[in-house]
Formats: sequence, C-alpha cells, structure tokens
Amino acid sequence: MDQTTLNFIVVGASFALYFGIAIWARAASTSEFYAAGRGVNPIVNGMATAADWMSAASFISMAGLIAFVGYNNSLFLMGWTGGYVLMAMLLAPYLRKFGKFTVPEFVGDRYYSNAARVVAVICLIVISVTYVIGQMRGAGIAFSRFLEVPIDIGLYIAGFVVLVYAVLGGMKGITYTQVAQYCVLIVAYTIPAIFISLQLTGNPIPGLGLFSTMSEGTAGAGQHLLVTLDGLLTDLGFREYTATTNPWLMALYTLSLMIGTAGLPHVIIRFFTVPKVSDARWSAGWALVFIALLYLTAPAVGAMARLNITTTMWPAGIEGEAVSEAELPDWFETWKVTGLLGVEDKNGDGLIQYYNDANPDMAAIAEERGWAGNELVTFNRDILVLANPEIAQLPGWVIALIAAGGIAAALSTAAGLLLAISSAISHDLIKSVFRPDISESGELLAARISMVVSICVAVYLGLNPPGFAAQVVALAFGLAAATLFPTLMMGIFSKRMNSAGAIAGMLAGLISTCLYLFLYLGFLFIPGTAVFDSSQYLFGIPPTHFGPIGALFNFIAAFLVSRATAAPPQEIQDLVESVRVPRGAGAAQAH
Amino acid sequence: MSDDSDNKAYWSANLRLVGICLVIWAIASFGFAILLRPLVAGISVGGTDLGFWFAQQGSILVFLVLIFFYAWRMNALDREHGVDEE
Repeated sequence: MDQTTLNFIVVGASFALYFGIAIWARAASTSEFYAAGRGVNPIVNGMATAADWMSAASFISMAGLIAFVGYNNSLFLMGWTGGYVLMAMLLAPYLRKFGKFTVPEFVGDRYYSNAARVVAVICLIVISVTYVIGQMRGAGIAFSRFLEVPIDIGLYIAGFVVLVYAVLGGMKGITYTQVAQYCVLIVAYTIPAIFISLQLTGNPIPGLGLFSTMSEGTAGAGQHLLVTLDGLLTDLGFREYTATTNPWLMALYTLSLMIGTAGLPHVIIRFFTVPKVSDARWSAGWALVFIALLYLTAPAVGAMARLNITTTMWPAGIEGEAVSEAELPDWFETWKVTGLLGVEDKNGDGLIQYYNDANPDMAAIAEERGWAGNELVTFNRDILVLANPEIAQLPGWVIALIAAGGIAAALSTAAGLLLAISSAISHDLIKSVFRPDISESGELLAARISMVVSICVAVYLGLNPPGFAAQVVALAFGLAAATLFPTLMMGIFSKRMNSAGAIAGMLAGLISTCLYLFLYLGFLFIPGTAVFDSSQYLFGIPPTHFGPIGALFNFIAAFLVSRATAAPPQEIQDLVESVRVPRGAGAAQAH
Repeated sequence: MSDDSDNKAYWSANLRLVGICLVIWAIASFGFAILLRPLVAGISVGGTDLGFWFAQQGSILVFLVLIFFYAWRMNALDREHGVDEE
C-alpha cells in the first residue's frame, strides 16, 4: 500500500469518528448550543480546551520556531502557557459564576451598556476571524501535502467537516469532537518525538532527553545533547542555541502573549461549559496538563531536529566533507517538490555545504575550503514537525498519523473560533440588540445560520488569504491583550469601574494598538502605507510586542475616566459581589 | 447564607492567594527564565544553565503546580467561608 492511500485511510477514519460524535451529540437547546448544557466534566473540558487552544501554529510551526532560533524563542512556550495562570486566577471562575453564554454578554451586563457590548463584539470578531484564516490555511496545506489534493479542494473538505459537527452540535458537538481531536494530535506529535529522543539520547521522554547525554554511536557520544548542538552551530557560524540576545524584549513579548492568551474569547467560553465554579478552577489546570504534554515535548523536537539536520548535512563532521547531493536522504526529495526545501550547489563540487554565510567570521574559512555560500538555500520551518517521522525513519502509519494530527489541530481550533463568532452574532447582536423578543428555537436557528455563514466566510478567506496574514496575528493578540483582558479583569476586581471608564479603556487599548501597528506595518497592513520602518521603533519595541503597553493604556484610561464619573449603580455593585463568590452558581444557570 | 463581613474576608483571602501565586509565576518565567538568567547561570542543568531549563521546561511545570494549588486552596477557602456551591 502506498503512503497516500495509507494517509487517506487514517485521515478518513478520523473524520468518520468526528461525524459519529456529531450525530451522537446533537444540540437541542440554546444552552446546549452555546455552553454544552453546562454538563461537561472538568477533565474532559480541559482536554477540549487544549485542542481548542493548540492550533496549526502550535502543532506545525512552534517546534520549527524554536529549532531555528533556540533559547530566545522559548518565549512562545512560556507566553502561550503562562496565560493560563492569569485565566485561572483572574477570569475563568468568576465568568463561570456570572453564568451567561458569551464574553460580550459579560461586558454588556457588567457595564450596563449596549455600546460596551458592541465594542466587545467587534474586538471578538476581529480577533477570531484573523485566527480562523490561519487554521483554514493550515488544514488546506496538510491536505495538499499528504492527500495530494489541491489546496482549494482541501479547504472545501475541511469546511464541510467542521460544518457537519459544529452546526449540528454547537458547543456540545464541538466539545466532544475536540476531545477526539486532542487524542489524535497528541499521539501524532509525541510518537515521532519519543523515537527520536530514544535514538539520540536513549531517554524515552523527549523533555528529559533534551538535557541528557548523547547515546553511543551518535556524533557526540557521551556529551550533553545541548553542548553538542552548541558546538556544531558555532563551528558553522550560527549563534549558540542556548544564547540570550535581548532579555527585556523577550520578557515584553512573553508578557504580550500571556495577556493575549488570557483574553482570547474562544478559550474563555470553554470554561462556561463546566457545572460549577470549582470545576472551572480545576479545568484550567487540566487544560494546562494536556497542553503541557505537547509544550514540554516541542523544545526537544526543535533541538533534536536541528541536530539531526546539521549532522545529515555534515555526515563526516564539520572537519570532513559535506554531504553529496546524491546522498541526501529520501525525505529531502519529497519536500523539495513542495518548494519548502531547496538546495543549490553554488560552487559546483557536487557537495552541499550548510553554514551561516551571513557571518563575516565564516568568510575566511569558506574561502580556504572553497565554499561559495550556504547551499541549503531553503528550509521552511513548518516542515520540521511534518517531516519528523521521515527524518527518524519511522513507518508509514506514523506519517499518516501526523497528517491526521495536523488536520485535527487546525479543525479543532477553527471550530472553537467559529462558535465564538457565531454566538456573538446570534446571542449578542440578534438576541440582545436587534430582536430581544426572539424565541428559544428562533435563536437556535439564528445561531446555526450564523455558524454556516461564518464557515463560508472562513473558507472564502482561506481560499483568498489577505497578503498580511502574519501581521494580522500580531493584531489579534495585541487586541486581546489591550481590549478584552483588562476590561474583563476590571469588571471583576474593581467594583468602582463604571460604564464610561470601561468604554474609554477599551477604546484607548483598541486605538493605541491599531495606531502602533498601522504606523509600522502600514494602514490596514496595505503595503507601502507604513509611516515608519523597523529602525524607528519607539523605545525599540516591535509592533508584535505592543500588547502589554496597549493594556496599560486601557487600565490608565479606564481608571482616570471612572474616577471622574459617577460610581456604577447599586445593582451592578451587587452583581460584582455575587460574581466574586461561588455560592449560587447553580441558580445562575437558569437563563 | 454568609454575611457581608465574611464575604469581605473571603475576598481578601482570595486576593492574597492570587498575589502570592502571581509573584511565583513572575519569578519562574520573567525571573529565572529571562531577566535573572545571568544570576543563576552558575547552576548547570544537563549541559546548559538553569535559566535555559526554566525557559523550556521549568516555567511550564511551575505554572501547572500553581493552577492546581490555587484550585485546591480556593475550594478549601470556599468551604471555610461558607460560600461553596451546595
């Protein structure tokens, strides 16, 4: 059986499983559609949250981001997990106690203002739509690489699969599908990592293998893996893997990702599905357990892949000859076809020299040894995880599993985002602002129609991605950090915070973040409209790192305006009191 | 039902607990893993320094312990102050 057939069978089986769950978990009421009837076990919810949160970026890109930069990009590991501490202690239990269905609903009720609610809906839609584009692209690429169907057909299939279980089951269907998707993606991620760790260090746990000594028979036998890697990289003119560059910028970016994570609406609404406030607290911990299984493995995958690639290019060591073009492993050929990997024999010696030709110290060595520049000209970081089983020479079914895992990671996140978008439209705009008299079945129908429309928009944007997708992700995190997180947190921790303060704060966060991004990346990211370039960053702060500063503006504006205006009415202060204590959460379920 | 002063005591106990947890959260991530890395560079772990280990493994493990500790302590505080869910 050839690899593509095997991939079809494994991916097809995973889809059959998702459809089965969709039929079993149909939603019959709005409470089931928006919050899975609040009957989800905290461990199950933790697993669903992990799948919801871990996107195509976590599954496919993160190990590569770490592999090619090293220590500095640990900020993704800390940033994307540290936010859960903030969410568990500052938001999740209180919002669960509030006992409603959407994030804008809390903003609207707590700040007794439909204007505040609409600003929150706008922030939510911008954040979530941005994210969905990336997921649809990720799923499309996985389809085209592993199933050899064109990207647009892959996108239609992905859209159809999500449509079936998200429209039928709403949050209930999505939750149980996400549990299945988590199992697929974590198995797919860890199996190759365990084998590679065993091959290199003899330790089956990749996170421990990263700090172990190399096995007999490998390049640096008896030496620590990281020492070997640092040595190889410095000999080739690259920066040491473990070296620090700018700690203050690293800390700021980490904080930006942490606050952004805590403010992401599609993750927050997952905590509305558990039965009790105490369950929301436990559930945040379980979510991080399931996320940590991947996040503790990813840095090992990154470092080990970097080491494997380097030794593949220099089979006889750096003092010896480089690998010849004919001797490159088979996976090079497979990936060269995609254009994501490329070699070019610049000096015509039939060998492929891989080194850092941008490092001036390497010029003398290169001249002495007759090198004419780095000949591994393209190595897309996204290949790393997808090619991992091939690099480690694992059997075909592991490769098929990676395909199913990548698609599961993309679909589970897309479904969570689409639910956040469609519930904000049907519940916060249609039910609360335009048609307050809508019936329960009417709202359920509206929710399903919003879901269908959202999926169509997501597929369309996946087919025609705006050219600025990468910059927009910075906008999504920046906005979550600068608008939703401070507003939600003050709504719980400051009884004095009023409607005028919250709106001023959200606008300050929104405007300052957009302004900073647009000044440096172009107005609405249109190329050529940037006012400043990267050498003119204010205090050297790149736009991607702006989140905490936008949040600070939000806090300051909200504080000043709320102190200058009247305190919120007594019933709102009572609402804040009641959100702070768990007792009575059961009663709040009745909607 | 609990009265107002009990709710106040419960809330300030919660704030104290959140404060302690967030200080540890910051020391593990922004501290040892990033800004204080040079201070703990003398302690070697598996071929590199403690800061690198915290950045790629330790901080995540600390986050996990913190969330479970917070959940356990808060659920106990709920009962002590009589504000738990029946």
